[in-house]
Amino acid sequence: MNINLTLIGQVIAFFGFVWFCMKFVWPPIIAAMHEREKKIADGLAAADRASHDLELAQEKALERLKEAKHEASGIVDSANKRANQIVEEAKVAAKTEAERVKASAQAEIDQETNRAREALRSQVAALTMAGAEKVLGATIDHDAHADLVEKLAAEL
Amino acid sequence: MAGENQTVSDYIVHHLTNLTYGKLPEGYERYDGSIVADGGAWVMAHGGTEAAAMGFTAIHVDSMVWSIGLGIVFSWMFYSVAKKASSGVPSGFVNAIEMIVQFVDNTVRDTFHGRNPLIAPLSLTIFVWIFLMNLMDLVPVDLVPELLMLLGVEYQKIVPSTDPNITFGLSIGVLILILYYSIKVKGFGFAKELALNPFNHPLFIPVNLFMEIVGLLAKPFSLALRLFGNMYAGEMIFILIAALFSAGLAWMVPAGFLQIGWAIFHILVITLQAFIFMVLTIVYLSMAHEDH
Repeated sequence: MNINLTLIGQVIAFFGFVWFCMKFVWPPIIAAMHEREKKIADGLAAADRASHDLELAQEKALERLKEAKHEASGIVDSANKRANQIVEEAKVAAKTEAERVKASAQAEIDQETNRAREALRSQVAALTMAGAEKVLGATIDHDAHADLVEKLAAEL
Repeated sequence: MAGENQTVSDYIVHHLTNLTYGKLPEGYERYDGSIVADGGAWVMAHGGTEAAAMGFTAIHVDSMVWSIGLGIVFSWMFYSVAKKASSGVPSGFVNAIEMIVQFVDNTVRDTFHGRNPLIAPLSLTIFVWIFLMNLMDLVPVDLVPELLMLLGVEYQKIVPSTDPNITFGLSIGVLILILYYSIKVKGFGFAKELALNPFNHPLFIPVNLFMEIVGLLAKPFSLALRLFGNMYAGEMIFILIAALFSAGLAWMVPAGFLQIGWAIFHILVITLQAFIFMVLTIVYLSMAHEDH
């Protein structure tokens, strides 16, 4: 247990190792650790930001969905209205067409009737003339009795 | 144990003797009766009395080799991590080293409020180096000395921190740093602090100087003696327990339990002593940086 040169040797060794540690050991390790700390902090912050963004996006999507639903129901409503309108229009058009067809048919019928009547009338005149000739046994002067026959025919 | 007719006290003394290389004074009669020639002689000391005769001109080869060897182990361990240090995912050994670095860094941050790039690496070196030196205490006391005995090395103390030279070497290193930073930070203020504290009167300067210098020197003394005392006592108890093994078969079992119990307790002691040395160093250097 003597104090001797070991003391000096240990002091020198002490400064040697402290110098080595200070020069080559401590700075790189502590720098790497700080860098990692910063990286992790950044990562956590990014994750926070991302989750916040996600929340915002979800909210936006929900809003957009609501809007779309609203729009769709509007479109369906207007389509229904339009369909009803078309049906009504078709009904009115059909009715008028029917009226028109009926009217034209009526007119045709009337025309046919008149024509038949005219034909009948002229035939009645001729028949009457023939009958009268037979009865009288003589020829009737057409021109002379034309007025008479005409009058008769008109009465029919 | 070495030798057949060795007594327990021989055994203990043998374990507490350093392997010493030094200069014997001229005219000294060596253990084999030979007389040292004129001008002295550099030899390996044979036993404690020869080592004592060498005085200051001697070196404890075992303490020096183990201390520097463990310092190199520390440097290599941490340097290998420092080389591949990256901000990526750490694993295994790197993790363990970084945990120690983090621990030391936190301790320094809590205690030392100035800005000095030396303090943290200094604390790390002190903590790990002293821990490794203390750790040698847990190696069975006879293992290394007996092995080296087979190789012809007579004495071996493998726990450097049980050598006051080593602990005082460390604390003198710390004292030099305290003085350096006191003068660097405070300049002339340091002399004023020594001379005018605690009694601020010119008449009291000698008293103040005496008290302050004693206070200053008490720091390295307490550092060195605390570590030395704890480690020396611990080592001594390990040696006593080891001696107990030779007291007969009946003592084997209790000695075994004592050995295990003391070793487990000692794990706490060696860590605590390394930590205390580190923290007090930080505190002393922090005081050196405080300018009033």
